[in-house]
Amino acid sequence: MLGYVLRRLFTAIPTLFFIVTGAFFLIRVAPGGPFNLERPLEAKVMENLNKIYHLDKPLWEQYLYYLGNLMRGDFGPSFVYRDFSVSELFASGLPVSVQIGASALVLALVFGTLLGVAAALRQNQPADYGVVGLATLGITIPTFVIAPLLSLVFGVWLGWLPAGGWGDGAFANKVLPVVTLALPQIAVVTRLTRGAMIEAMRSHHIRTARAYGLKPWTVVVVHALRSAILPVVSYAGPAAAALLTGSVVVETIFGIPGIGRYFVQAALNRDYTLVMGTVIVIAIFIIIFNLVVDLLYALIDPRVRLG
Amino acid sequence: MIKTVGSAFRATLLAGALLAATSLTAAAEVVYHRGNDGNPETLDQHKTSTVAEGHILRDLYEGLMVYDARAKVVPGVAESVEVSDDGMVYTFKLRDAKWSNGDPVTAGDFVYSLRRIMTPETGAKYANILYPVKNAEKINKGEAKPETLGVVALDDKTLEITLEQATPYFLELLTHQTGLPVHPASVEAHGTDFVKPENIVTNGAYTLAEFTPNDKLVAVKNAHYHGADNVAIDKVIFYPIEDRASCVRRFEAGEIHSCSDLPTDQIAALRTKFGDQVRTPPYLGTYYYSFNMKKPPLDDVRVRRALSLVVDREYIGEDIWGGTMVPAYSLVPPGINNYGEPVEADYKGKAMLDREDEALKLLGEAGFGPDKPLKLEIMYNTSENHKNTAIAIADMWKTIGVETTMVNRDLASHYAHLREKGDYDIARAGWIGDYSDPQNFLFLVESDNDGFNYANYANPEYDALMDKAAAETDLEKRAEILRQAETLFLRDLPFLPILYYSSHSLVSPKLSGWEDNLQNVHPTRLMSIGN
Repeated sequence: MLGYVLRRLFTAIPTLFFIVTGAFFLIRVAPGGPFNLERPLEAKVMENLNKIYHLDKPLWEQYLYYLGNLMRGDFGPSFVYRDFSVSELFASGLPVSVQIGASALVLALVFGTLLGVAAALRQNQPADYGVVGLATLGITIPTFVIAPLLSLVFGVWLGWLPAGGWGDGAFANKVLPVVTLALPQIAVVTRLTRGAMIEAMRSHHIRTARAYGLKPWTVVVVHALRSAILPVVSYAGPAAAALLTGSVVVETIFGIPGIGRYFVQAALNRDYTLVMGTVIVIAIFIIIFNLVVDLLYALIDPRVRLG
Repeated sequence: MIKTVGSAFRATLLAGALLAATSLTAAAEVVYHRGNDGNPETLDQHKTSTVAEGHILRDLYEGLMVYDARAKVVPGVAESVEVSDDGMVYTFKLRDAKWSNGDPVTAGDFVYSLRRIMTPETGAKYANILYPVKNAEKINKGEAKPETLGVVALDDKTLEITLEQATPYFLELLTHQTGLPVHPASVEAHGTDFVKPENIVTNGAYTLAEFTPNDKLVAVKNAHYHGADNVAIDKVIFYPIEDRASCVRRFEAGEIHSCSDLPTDQIAALRTKFGDQVRTPPYLGTYYYSFNMKKPPLDDVRVRRALSLVVDREYIGEDIWGGTMVPAYSLVPPGINNYGEPVEADYKGKAMLDREDEALKLLGEAGFGPDKPLKLEIMYNTSENHKNTAIAIADMWKTIGVETTMVNRDLASHYAHLREKGDYDIARAGWIGDYSDPQNFLFLVESDNDGFNYANYANPEYDALMDKAAAETDLEKRAEILRQAETLFLRDLPFLPILYYSSHSLVSPKLSGWEDNLQNVHPTRLMSIGN
């Protein structure tokens, strides 16, 4: 098991290397640079800046320089947040994104599974139609509609919760962003669980369990849910990577200081080092969560052997 | 204004000494929750370039000259200023001001600061704004030593600045955030980290307590500030709110006292809801299209004039921009200093039908007609409003038979393309003045202005007028020369001015001391918060 994990982590290194290389050259293909602003700079000023940030060197030299720094764990200075290094930005932003994302993930898994199971057990009854209808709605309404709506209703009209802001991480400030992030995920998890559950309830081993006269509770939770949860687990891996690395929409609308915004801001501003840093962080999260999914599979499904 | 606020505040304190209950209210910390355009890219006044940074830096630091609530230039750290007869030498007497750590603010601090911004290694984006100072440009370009800068400390309290040539708007230049002093000892000790809350030493009404990007920036009252007794607000929290609609919601929920920008597509609804809390005074800026004069047929003034004639600026300002922009018939926005009566295009106020007739005639003379339609491409940076403006203009041009296509790029690509003299027909651009002087607009199309002259306009007569104006020290004569230059501009039309900008703010009635002004500057030290 430990050997397997180590092997997987080891093979991730070339993957990361390819991602870093690809991203480094791709972002340089985009026209303009970090200092092409609405107000053009004096030629000499531009030259000074390029020298300070080593942009005056040939691209391959910049690439080697970047790789060298990366080996030492240095993501470089941000071009646009000039008072911060990329590592400093992540140190303050990543915990915020992880908090919000993890809460949303837990919320989605708990409610999604509950609703999915409830709907599956009442298949083709009004409760089932209700849940499926809501879930479809949840998937179709984009977060950039839900977020302002929630902020307007609970922040402005009812005044129960802050309309925006981080408030030093106060509970009240986290509610709406977490709910916004969780809603579409709840919808997906509900649909996945419902489908898998309906299938599981018709399978032979459930019929056998029932024939043995086991309590309905035991049949559903211990036997049916165990196999029905597998598609949810495979979905939750990439979803967790996406949620924990922050959401541009939620962070922008609620004013949350996470790292989700950096990716888009940095790409638009040609903040090369920050783009690279974000790409690397997201890649690492995806690699880790894919591994976690594989481990969970082995744990839940006795037929899966890691090798 | 500030005097009355201050005495009212002191009266409350006095009452508080008599009544325990009142003293509780008086002692409560006054916090101003201030919406800002976005994150500051830096808090280093020498690397700064954005409006959002300007709002913050003006609260943290005090320059030789400062803006008052109405954006009038008044002495700051300088107590008085004397200008030599030829307008070349400025002598500032400094007041007894202190840094937030108690050090005195000296003339030497300004010498250090102005040398620092000009040193190429600093990487100052806006160094060129202070190029009127003697040798500044040479130093910034690495051609002279920082010690040769025309800024000298005669003693601790006397500073002498010598210019390259007389510059009537020089005192206003010093109010810009680039003219703010740094605390030399902190910069020497901490290098680029002198801007971190734990290291920073400021000389303004406030000092930095906390800063998290995308979250907030907290500034607290500086007890060592010379006017601290008159500063009513104890703490100001700047929120970088990039989503304008979010700011409005937070304002409505009572979480924020002011928004520094508004969603223009919602202005009409906002006016109905918030009444005069919505402020849209004129702003020192012009929204225009640049013609690529190197490329036929746009090298033909008849074509450019025809295209300008049929643009219904009133419609664009009112219907596309919700009345938040003002129709523009000149490059220099109205209300600017040192200009007098503005020059405007001769077709302002003429009936649209007559303008269309003239345009059709001009296009015909230039060889275009139904059998040979004029085909053009508008290039703009991606934005809903820029798109709608381009569509409206294309529609107006259609009435004179022009076929228009459009292409959009993100902001960085758009300006990189213009800067690198890429191929284009017509490009959207905008200019917000850094100081209130017509020179700051008319210099855009000087033939040697590589960075901004997107139109490739090269008229020796125009350049000569600009040089003549620069050498003229009599303000009225200078204004007359600049008006002649703009008359040439309007004849040749390298740019097609469309709209003047307005600033868009939302200001709570609780907040007093916020005065509308052309520069859109609102120093926190002059404001107060009531119930």
